[in-house]
Amino acid sequence: MKTFKAKRIEITIEAVMERRLTDALASAGVTGYTILPVLGGSGRSGRWSREGQVSRAAGMVAIVCIIKYDNADKVLDTVFGIVDRHYGVVSVTDCEIVRPERF
Amino acid sequence: MQGLIELAAANLISPIILFFALGVAASLARSDLTIPEAVAKGLSLYLLLAIGFKGGASVADHGVDQILILSLVAGVLLSFLLPFIAFGMLRALTGLSTIDAAAVAAHYGSISIVTFVAASSVLTSTGIAYDGYMVAVAAAMEAPAILSALWLAARAGGAGRDTSATMGSGLLREILLNGSIVLLVGAFLIGMATGQDGLEEIEAFIVAPFKGVLCLFLLDMGLVAGRGLRSSRGLITANLLAFGVLMPLTGAAFGLVAGMMLGLSIGSIALMMVLSASASYIAVPAAMRVALPEANPAIYLTLALGITFPFNLTLGIPLYMAVAQFFTGG
Repeated sequence: MKTFKAKRIEITIEAVMERRLTDALASAGVTGYTILPVLGGSGRSGRWSREGQVSRAAGMVAIVCIIKYDNADKVLDTVFGIVDRHYGVVSVTDCEIVRPERF
Repeated sequence: MQGLIELAAANLISPIILFFALGVAASLARSDLTIPEAVAKGLSLYLLLAIGFKGGASVADHGVDQILILSLVAGVLLSFLLPFIAFGMLRALTGLSTIDAAAVAAHYGSISIVTFVAASSVLTSTGIAYDGYMVAVAAAMEAPAILSALWLAARAGGAGRDTSATMGSGLLREILLNGSIVLLVGAFLIGMATGQDGLEEIEAFIVAPFKGVLCLFLLDMGLVAGRGLRSSRGLITANLLAFGVLMPLTGAAFGLVAGMMLGLSIGSIALMMVLSASASYIAVPAAMRVALPEANPAIYLTLALGITFPFNLTLGIPLYMAVAQFFTGG
């Protein structure tokens, strides 16, 4: 099967920033993404878990989007405008897709 | 004094406090006891609906008057003012940075609805009447403190530099339309519209099971508070601990003065003190993560939930009730 190169961006960010980030992605032309709940983890600020939180303040979500190969810089600039001051991880990987017209 | 000790003792052995203590103890002992996230959310929604509706029905009974409006104004002013006092105390007592101090101050100007619910439950148990509109005062006191804290942070020129950008209409809307506030105010308005007839219709759901649900919710709060205390060992210094106890007492004093100036009843003065003494751990932390992400959430969450909340729940509520009775000659 013929495949096409694309970029996969995965952003783990505080739940309170979810809508701001997805709005920013939309403004950068990213129309498709997947939001995943994050159960817990550990990082520079120590361990955390979504169990036993009384506030959304401590929750995290992961947002995954596949974008056109050439669009990565523009989208990353937009993403960093939102996540720069916040806890989280942004990773970019090369991937291959089979239906390029969808991205 | 004897009355205060008896009230405090009765409060300490009430089921709601003992379930909270059980949660803290289980968490500190690293038990695997947990309340599922969705259940805890459901319990919280139930409590907000019940307290809001009962407050609204009570107002429908007694009518809207000048005191109600003035109480709302007093609540908003207290919420604006208390962060400045908290900020000053933090800067004088502790070595917190300006941003951390501003974030903590926001929590202490806002309110803890669970402390309010627990206090109203204790008042009902002891037969002390309070005005239903205090629920509306609680809702009004949730947000103004956030604005004061953001102003303090912005004035310091630190991380609050982007305050205008983050504050925008988005954050303001999120604060004002926070799910808890919408349900509390909505249930209050429905209670007001339907009055005692409406209350009778759903009494079996929102009155009889109320204390049992509160026990289960406070068990969960105890688990959360215990986890917070466990994970923040070494973070809370003696001075921060002192702030966590002194600030609610200071806030309560302001609540007392406001309540007496308005000529409120004993129960309502006690609730005004509770609202001024309590610290938010639901709406404000989320707002602080958006507007002041540089502030350390472990500090403000541990102070609000691990120190001030248990203090108010165990000793604060009976103390505020006794002081309100003392000053009103009740």
